[in-house]
Amino acid sequence: MNQWKNFTKGFIKENPVFVLVLGMCPTLGVTSSAINGLGMGLATTFVLMMSNIVISLVKGVIPDKVRIPSFIVIIAAFVTVVQLLMQAFVPALFKSLGLFIPLIVVNCIVLGRAEAFASKNKVGSSAIDGLGIGLGFTFALVLLGSIREILGSGKLFNITLYSENFGTLIFVLAPGAFIVLGYLIALINRLKKS
Amino acid sequence: MNYFVIVLSAILVNNIVLMKFLGICPFLGVSKRLSTAMGMAGAVAFVMTLATIVTYLIQIYILNKFGLAYLQTIAFILVIAALVQLVEIILKKVSPPLYQALGIFLPLITTNCAILGVAILTIQNEFNLLEGVVFAISNAIGFGLALTLFAGIREHLDLQDIPKGLKGTPIALITAGILAMAFMGFSGLV
Repeated sequence: MNQWKNFTKGFIKENPVFVLVLGMCPTLGVTSSAINGLGMGLATTFVLMMSNIVISLVKGVIPDKVRIPSFIVIIAAFVTVVQLLMQAFVPALFKSLGLFIPLIVVNCIVLGRAEAFASKNKVGSSAIDGLGIGLGFTFALVLLGSIREILGSGKLFNITLYSENFGTLIFVLAPGAFIVLGYLIALINRLKKS
Repeated sequence: MNYFVIVLSAILVNNIVLMKFLGICPFLGVSKRLSTAMGMAGAVAFVMTLATIVTYLIQIYILNKFGLAYLQTIAFILVIAALVQLVEIILKKVSPPLYQALGIFLPLITTNCAILGVAILTIQNEFNLLEGVVFAISNAIGFGLALTLFAGIREHLDLQDIPKGLKGTPIALITAGILAMAFMGFSGLV
């Protein structure tokens, strides 16, 4: 497959959030602001790319029967690396993402790419696939986070756009996450058709 | 009193699905029929309680004891995956009718983040074993409550005239949003 196409498919055509509807828990849970979405997206991208690389390297030696448990261990190892790195270098972001960092390990996107792509393809294209899907996930999270932040608190990346008094608080809270994502998916479905 | 607060908080105020966003995949995936939703809720309740007990014991007696706390994520996910397999094998042998009811949901549970989430939260909140068990059971009830409510609404949604663009996932998400709004009414309780 064309490598450029392989890289860009994650943004719209096979976007993990908007089209495949995978990895919903972090998508809804951390997007109360754009910056949280960005942090979570990049952390997941790192795990996705590294685990794709390692899995495509060792795919020949793993017996088929214990393939899924082995993948999970590899993914969990990289999640622990991210967890420790974030705790050391960006403690504030680590605190606001909280439980969702260790939960990257059960994000269906990561295991899904490992099983569907990395276990069948070469190292190079697996790395590009991981990066592409990861950045597509980041794009979705930042978009959702931005909309919620603008509507809810009148800010974007902590820069005030209009007074917070006119913001609709519900969009920063839990119900807003479901509602904004619902309308976003409807919009994307409409755009894809035309 | 303390236990009462844990139960109330986990079921209503901080509902695991609608407020903490854990276990959204099964929440959206198996909520099309009321009967499958109830099966899933039962399987989750069973595994969640068992997993919390086992991971708690491992954290206290192995990880903390030997200074291996950084291995928490790896250890817990492996234990949960193994436990789900074990439960499946035992159920098949001991209680075939229960296996028939819950069997197809069990493999899906390994990647249910609610299980791992509750196990980690039990450790983070520094509960003792009994509090942890109560916490796990109440979260499972909260999950079941949200799932069955949502499945009931979705069964009705099937018969309604919904704008074409909103059919499927979008309307399900918006419905979940409104349900979450309803649950926000409980937020003053604890």
